[in-house]
Amino acid sequence: MRLFRFLRPISSAPVARERLQILLEYERRMVSQTSLITTLKDEILAVVSRHVSIDPEKIHVSVDRGEGFSTLAVGVQIPNKLATEGGVLQTGVAGQSPAT
Amino acid sequence: MGKVIVVTSGKGGVGKTTSTAALGAALARMGHNVVVVDFDVGLRNLDLVMGAERRVVFDLINVVQGVAKLTQALIRDKRLETLYLLPASQTRDKDALTEEGIARVIYDLRSRFDWVICDSPAGIERGATLAMRYADEAVIVTNPEVSSVRDSDRIIGLLDSKTEKAERGDRMAKHLLIARFDPGRAARGEMLNIQDVLEILSIPLLGVIPESEEVLRASNLGAPITICGQQSAPAHAYMDAARRLAGEEIEMLIPTEKQGLFAKIFGRRAA
Repeated sequence: MRLFRFLRPISSAPVARERLQILLEYERRMVSQTSLITTLKDEILAVVSRHVSIDPEKIHVSVDRGEGFSTLAVGVQIPNKLATEGGVLQTGVAGQSPAT
Repeated sequence: MGKVIVVTSGKGGVGKTTSTAALGAALARMGHNVVVVDFDVGLRNLDLVMGAERRVVFDLINVVQGVAKLTQALIRDKRLETLYLLPASQTRDKDALTEEGIARVIYDLRSRFDWVICDSPAGIERGATLAMRYADEAVIVTNPEVSSVRDSDRIIGLLDSKTEKAERGDRMAKHLLIARFDPGRAARGEMLNIQDVLEILSIPLLGVIPESEEVLRASNLGAPITICGQQSAPAHAYMDAARRLAGEEIEMLIPTEKQGLFAKIFGRRAA
């Protein structure tokens, strides 16, 4: 008794399924990347703090996702005691890692 | 030592409280000692669904803060003598709950009961992370609907990172409970089907609870559906889910549509 099938709208569940699959793949990657950045930030802070006292807010860690590889950028601001007007010295470290 | 289960979902209104009450009562009917714990501070509802709202004297926060003893706050169910409720506070703010305090209460409950079933609040904030913090296993309640599935995925991520078990490097066992499933709509492609949800979330299925008027009737009456509507389809589904949780091997019955003549001819929901 499927004669009246054409009267019904096209089923929406496959659309829901596809949208979810695409979205969740993206979100899972974002969440794992965010937790990686937090971990790196905490550990870098711990290592640097052993030698210089720094403001935890002055560490920037980011991952740039590229085609073949991703770039990890770490920026740590260290107070420059030599500067007369409280200037800061920007120490930048950039490395490349294979994309995960 | 008993087992601590968190019933969680991320999204609100999917059936966490109903499922906590139903699974708790089902396990108690099987002869286990069960306590259901409401973690939804400020918006407690498990007491109402369990029909114990007028018997609440002390609550979880009182116990955490040492104002009341655990035995003073526990409410024994009037129908099942092995079923207890530990209500949430209605008034005080949720910051009153500390990790150490909760750890202590959970430890106490674990030594007294076979099952400690924690009803998580919605969301991914403190209340929800505290409810899952000391769990051994998790029941994730999901409706076959996009926002619920997405939020369940987030919660699965949290269970794998923010719980004590995950931090120890252990794997938290997770069970998927699909609630409010409408077999007719799923068959017609109007609703995600069980296979879709399972493939997307990729955690093992604990049960499928069909959408039913009986669920509202049970909460109106203030009784878990596994007590007051024992013969209904959702009660059977919850009983089976509870048995699976307890380790029994039970065949998974996916609800199917009961079609009337009109529905058969037109392939639509007749009601």
